[in-house]
Parts: sequence; structure tokens; C-alpha cells
Amino acid sequence: MSEKKLMKGNEALAEGAVRAGCRFFAGYPITPQNEVPEYMSWRMPQAGGAFVQAESEVSAINMIYGAAATGVRCMTSSSSPGISLKQEGLSYCAGADLPLLIANVVRGGPGLGNIAGAQGDYWQSTRGGGHGDYRIFVMAPNGVNEMANFPQKCYEVAYKYRLPAMILADGIIGQMMEPVEFLYPEIDPKTLKEPAWALGVNDGREKRRVNSYDLREGFLEKMVLARAKRYREIEENEVLYEEKMLDDAEIAIVAYGTSARVSIAGMKLARENGLKVGLFRPITLWPFPKARILELSKRVKKFLVVEMSMGQMVEDVQLSLNGRAEVHLHASPGASTMTAAELYKTLENIMKKGAKEYAAAK
Amino acid sequence: MRQALIIAGFGGQGVVKAGILLATAAMLENKHCTHFPSYGAEMRGGTTNCSVIISPEEIASPIINQPDTIIAMNTPSLIKFEPQLKSGGLLIYNSSLIPTPPSRTDVEVIPVPANELAEKLGATRYANMVIIGAYIGRRKVVQIGSLKNSLSIVFPKFNAETASINYQAMEEGRKFSESYAK
Repeated sequence: MSEKKLMKGNEALAEGAVRAGCRFFAGYPITPQNEVPEYMSWRMPQAGGAFVQAESEVSAINMIYGAAATGVRCMTSSSSPGISLKQEGLSYCAGADLPLLIANVVRGGPGLGNIAGAQGDYWQSTRGGGHGDYRIFVMAPNGVNEMANFPQKCYEVAYKYRLPAMILADGIIGQMMEPVEFLYPEIDPKTLKEPAWALGVNDGREKRRVNSYDLREGFLEKMVLARAKRYREIEENEVLYEEKMLDDAEIAIVAYGTSARVSIAGMKLARENGLKVGLFRPITLWPFPKARILELSKRVKKFLVVEMSMGQMVEDVQLSLNGRAEVHLHASPGASTMTAAELYKTLENIMKKGAKEYAAAK
Repeated sequence: MRQALIIAGFGGQGVVKAGILLATAAMLENKHCTHFPSYGAEMRGGTTNCSVIISPEEIASPIINQPDTIIAMNTPSLIKFEPQLKSGGLLIYNSSLIPTPPSRTDVEVIPVPANELAEKLGATRYANMVIIGAYIGRRKVVQIGSLKNSLSIVFPKFNAETASINYQAMEEGRKFSESYAK
């Protein structure tokens, strides 16, 4: 445990990964996540690990593929266009059942977009992103303190279930500074047990195999089904969320990351004006907290999804509710951020003026 | 009380570091604080700025739509941010480099000769310290002692003499704004 320190989101993320035992980082520069590789370039050698500035994003993710196969805790980071480039490698890592940490400090898109914070990569992150039938564990921090503390959780889940884990942040969280407290003891990777599948020097042990394909009849199916079983276990055991003021709420805002922070301000403003508003914040985006949202619909009959995209997470909320409650949307796409006053106006339209379902955009 | 301020100036004037000092001082007083820099195509000699929010409560977004205070270190910054200032807000500007006073009449304006006060201590590079001293002289968001303590955290390589000059610069700014006729 340590004292509070004022840190930038990207630096807190990098330090958090090192403290969680990360000893190999490969990446390629892109705004707004440049402080991650910059920090790792001196911190990783200091911790006895290795830092590589790769010649491209594709190269970096494939270095991670190799490092992860040896069982070392490793990480790569980028921002939206760079994460798109890494998807082929990520699919291979998922297919080879490899634990790793990948961070996406999301910027405006599609294409080159802009360098401001956005949430337009929700679908890409929660649906796998690359080709094939796979999932990755996705955590969405709402500030610098969670940037510092989520890497540890990501490695824990990634190693337990053998899958890639992602931290889905945005340019605002990456660039801002806030007080940080590391909530777990620093992990010395030398004290971690070597995974039973890790490649390395074969001193007579049984042969180990790490790759993402099997051409033998029926074998790929077995491989995928075994993975699907682990995915179900993750959905049962690893869902994280936060609730605020939902006890008497007549409408629940559903928002993650930066949107969830602004939603707190919108919720307070609405409460001051007599609207009974609560907040549900998914912390894991996959697994999505769908069972809890369905349970909430027993007493909350209206949901407002707030996101910095055209409307992506709103589909997961609709799938969770399966028609059991009204779903509205407040969308701020194009790397724009909603304000508390705008959210209040949307809430007022729904609660006082009976706005049509799913119609409330910015 | 919640205070949201934007500090703006030339790249190299130390506006981002000045903001980090204020946020660190707030952290030392166990207040909620955020610091958000402008980022992207910034360069030495170009304009840059940072947003600092200090609050007794959780802070929603670090992006400021309507600042309570603007600190402008050069003319382009004054032109850009003066219209955004909240009515009744505080506008502190570096009168050593900004010859034309602001036009707003619904805000409190304090011209601080930051470069001149800094030069008296040896160098213009202390102007950012002078101006944040002037700010806390008028808005007691943090104690000057906390600002002093944050110097060694933000600049761990400062020797005692350098730290002392920087602290004196803050003090000069604070005295200036406290005695500035309303």
C-alpha cells in the first residue's frame, strides 16, 4: 500500500502493469497513449524487464504473441487505429489461449478520426475484434485510479482462464492527472508459478504446444468448445459493476468510463430537480453485467444509455433487458463529450415529456 | 467550493507545470482534483493550456466548459479564453506581455506583471510561479504551504536554493494580488 500520487492516466496504467508483474512491453507510438511506451521505455529496464519500440503495431502484437507463449506477463498498448492493426495478432493470441494485456486509449474514429477521447471502439472490443469465434476480457476504467489498479485484475483473469485481457480507456482518461493509490502489493514475477503450458527450455518434460490451429478432423471443434466453457465460467464469476442511487430510482442511467463520470453530475442535477435517477456502471464490458441489468428491470422500468459513440453499448442493454423495460439513448459521437446539463435535458424529456424510446440523441 | 480554472500561455512558460503544482497541492489537502492538458500538435513557442479542477466532491469530467478563473500568460491565450469565462469569474493576466487589457466588464480582472516580478528574483522563468501565487492570493483554493510542499514532489531534482526562489516567486504573486486594489 502506498501514499497518494498525482499521475497521468497513461503513466498510471504503465506503472500499474509493472507492479502487476509485467516484464515485457512492445508498442508503437500513437496519440493519445504515447506516455505508456514513454514510461515503459525507462521503467521496464529498471524493473528488470524488456521494452521494445516495434516498427509497427502488427509487429508489436506479434512480439506479445511470442512473449505470452513463454508465460511472461506482457503488454502492448495503442489507440483506436493502432488497435485495429493489432486485431489479426489478437485473434491468433486468443486462438492460442494466451494471457496478455492490451490497452486501448480510444480516440475519435472511424479511420484516422481525431485525437480526442471517444468510446467508438465498444463493439470492436466486446465482440472480439479480429476474425474467428472468440472473446477477450474487457475492463473499462473511469479514471486514473482505476487505470493504475486494473492491470492486476486483468492479469489475474487472463492467466486463470487463458485469454487476452483489454483495458478500454479513452483519450480523456489517458491524458488527465488525478491522485492515485495502488491498492495491491507489488507482484514479483519471480514468485509466480510457471504456467503448465508455457514454452521455454525443454529439459526432458513433456512436449508443449502453443498455436491457434489444428487441421485434424474434429480437433478444432474440441478446442473451441473447451474455450467456450471457460468463457461461460468468466460470465458466471468475473462480472464487475458499480451502482449509485438505484434504490429509489425510476430511471437508471447505464454508462461506462468517462461517460459514467459525466452521468454522475447529470444524475445529481436531475435529483436536485426532483427526478429519481440512478446510475449503473458496467466495469467489465465483457462479460457484460446482463443478469444484474435484467434483475434491475423488476423495479426500474426505464433505462437511459449514455455513451460517447452513436449507440453501441445500448444494444447490450437491450439484449440484457429483452424487452422488459424502456431503453433510451443519449449519444455523443465524433469524439464529443456530453455535459451534465445536456443529460438533464434528456432525462427531463423522458420523465416529464414522455420522449419516445430510443429517440433521445444529442 | 469547487473551482475550475484554465491556465494558458506560450509553450515553455510552464503553464502545464503550474497546473500540476496546484493539483498536487490540492491532493496534499485531500481534496478532489483533476489536471487535463491540451495535447496533440503542441510545441515550444506555440500556445498551450491546462484545465485544473479542485473540489470537495468527486469531479465528473476534467474538461471545463465554463471556467471560474482564467489565467492568461500571453495575448493569444487571453483572446481565446476570455469569452469562455463565467460571469463574475476571475481573470488574471500577465500584464508584462499583454499590452491591451481585457474587455469584459462582468468579471474581476487582475493584471499581474508576472515577468517583471519574476525578473526581480533573477529570471523570467519564475513567471508561472508568480501567477499561481497571484491566483491563490485571490482564491484560497489551497494553502500556500501546500503549494510549497508540492514543489519538491513535482520537481524532485530542485536543490534547496532553486526551490526557495520558486517559493519566493509564489509569495510575490500572492502579495501582489492580495494588495491589488479592488
